[in-house]
Amino acid sequence: MKRFVYADNAATTPVSPKVFDAMLPFYKEIYGNPSSLYSIGGEAKKHLEDARETVARALGALPSEIFFTSGGSEADNWAIKGVAQALAKKGKKHIITSKFEHHAVLHTVQALEKEGFEVTYLEVYENGIVKPGDVEAAIREDTALVTIMYANNEIGTIQPIPEIGAICKKHGVLFHTDAVQAVGNVEIDVKQQNIDLLSLSGHKLHAPKGVGALYVRRGVRFPNLIDGGAQERGRRAGTENVAGIVGLGVAIEEACANMAQRNARLIKMRDRLIAGALKIERSRLNGDPVKRLPGNVNLCFEGIEGESLLLKLDFAGICGSSGSACTSGSLDPSHVLLAIGLPHEIAHGSLRISFSDQNTEEDVDYILEQLPGIVQYLRDMSPLWDEIISGKKA
Amino acid sequence: MAYSEKVMDHFANPRNVGEIPDADGVGEVGNSKCGDIMRMYIKVKDNVITDVKFKTFGCGAAIATSSMATELIQGRTIDEVLKLTNAAVMEALDGLPPVKVHCSVLAEQAIKAALSDYYRRQGIDPVPIVGVIEECDHDHGHEDHEHSASCGCGSCS
Repeated sequence: MKRFVYADNAATTPVSPKVFDAMLPFYKEIYGNPSSLYSIGGEAKKHLEDARETVARALGALPSEIFFTSGGSEADNWAIKGVAQALAKKGKKHIITSKFEHHAVLHTVQALEKEGFEVTYLEVYENGIVKPGDVEAAIREDTALVTIMYANNEIGTIQPIPEIGAICKKHGVLFHTDAVQAVGNVEIDVKQQNIDLLSLSGHKLHAPKGVGALYVRRGVRFPNLIDGGAQERGRRAGTENVAGIVGLGVAIEEACANMAQRNARLIKMRDRLIAGALKIERSRLNGDPVKRLPGNVNLCFEGIEGESLLLKLDFAGICGSSGSACTSGSLDPSHVLLAIGLPHEIAHGSLRISFSDQNTEEDVDYILEQLPGIVQYLRDMSPLWDEIISGKKA
Repeated sequence: MAYSEKVMDHFANPRNVGEIPDADGVGEVGNSKCGDIMRMYIKVKDNVITDVKFKTFGCGAAIATSSMATELIQGRTIDEVLKLTNAAVMEALDGLPPVKVHCSVLAEQAIKAALSDYYRRQGIDPVPIVGVIEECDHDHGHEDHEHSASCGCGSCS
């Protein structure tokens, strides 16, 4: 029987009922401006600060180190450009990052390259994991910032963030991590893990779109993002997205409260899906099988193209994503899949399935029931598949 | 990006998928590196395309344009087929998103490649009749992809 399976939670998640309920009063009753004196303003302000405390607690940070933003991309831009601008004055114009960062980081450092910064793009190897030793080897006298994502958005690989943090601390280099995919899925403690700046986004963890946060360790000097009023301690002016921020607070609390239990369930589902899908001939798992996000599955099927696979899955009621050129909006397949060494023709046939706590074992059953037939259907009409099985292509 | 209903129909129910074992002409264009390969088989009798089949590796638009192209040439004379342009394939599909225009170019080229093969098998030089089907050199080294109609993959400039 046809089901609807939303399995693209790395792209975005539905707002959870608890988050939704928590947000509603801030549209209808407590709509006051948090900067206003009267009661509904003051009350909004109180909830805003409560949310800041909750977010801080989830990261092991101080509330004064949390700045709310419009989302992950804004936080990444602010962190990287801010640090770069502050440290360029001291002659530090070198940035270290990895080859498979999210575009919010990659395009930001590329913009800085055009302004005269030098950027080192570290290898991520076949398993999709940065080697801490490579970070250390790349650090120079003029290194301003190391920015390495906590977990990769496409292949879900979890990076050795505590090790990289320790190296950065040892060398006195600032360390930023884009933790948009990791928050709520991985134990994060910014103090223990020596993280100086961290970006997160609400809509990846059942909060609404349009809200995120940047953690900046106390003492890190960096410029304001938006000048204006006193909001976010004058760092990012503009009346706050109170409902969204409240939603983010509730979502992050929910995500962190049941992490171990939820992850155990997701890992079981993930590994069953991987094992089942790999029974399809000439398929492969992308990224480390163990050091990966609990809900992330990323596979390649030779001889087919990702967009047609997604369309066929959509007909069957399954929402996934692909790193094929056709879905990346460019002519090259995903930079992440190329960074782990996949040839173009294989990278075109990728499929990412990302579960959240709202998915079930029945969803795994249904995907495993539909997927092999769809792959076979597309292979049957693929001249590339003919070549592969006739041995013309390895 | 949204596909028209016609594109979705031809993707969901592609016409003329398959092979013709005793084809009079077979043409293949595209490249796996670019993510699109189309192979077109034709049967020709008295200058008329009496049967056509295709196999395509590619995105939804690649499959839909292949399917539509086969419908447009089925039962047509070679002269008519030679006049078929990618624009006609696109129009028949009620348009394609801009990034997918190259799929229609590929479909036009696949037909021309099959016709060229047909003429070659007859011992006739196809170039004066069909023209040159430009090969794509698939240089993915450059950063900015210029959109070009000279090649099916669209990444060649």
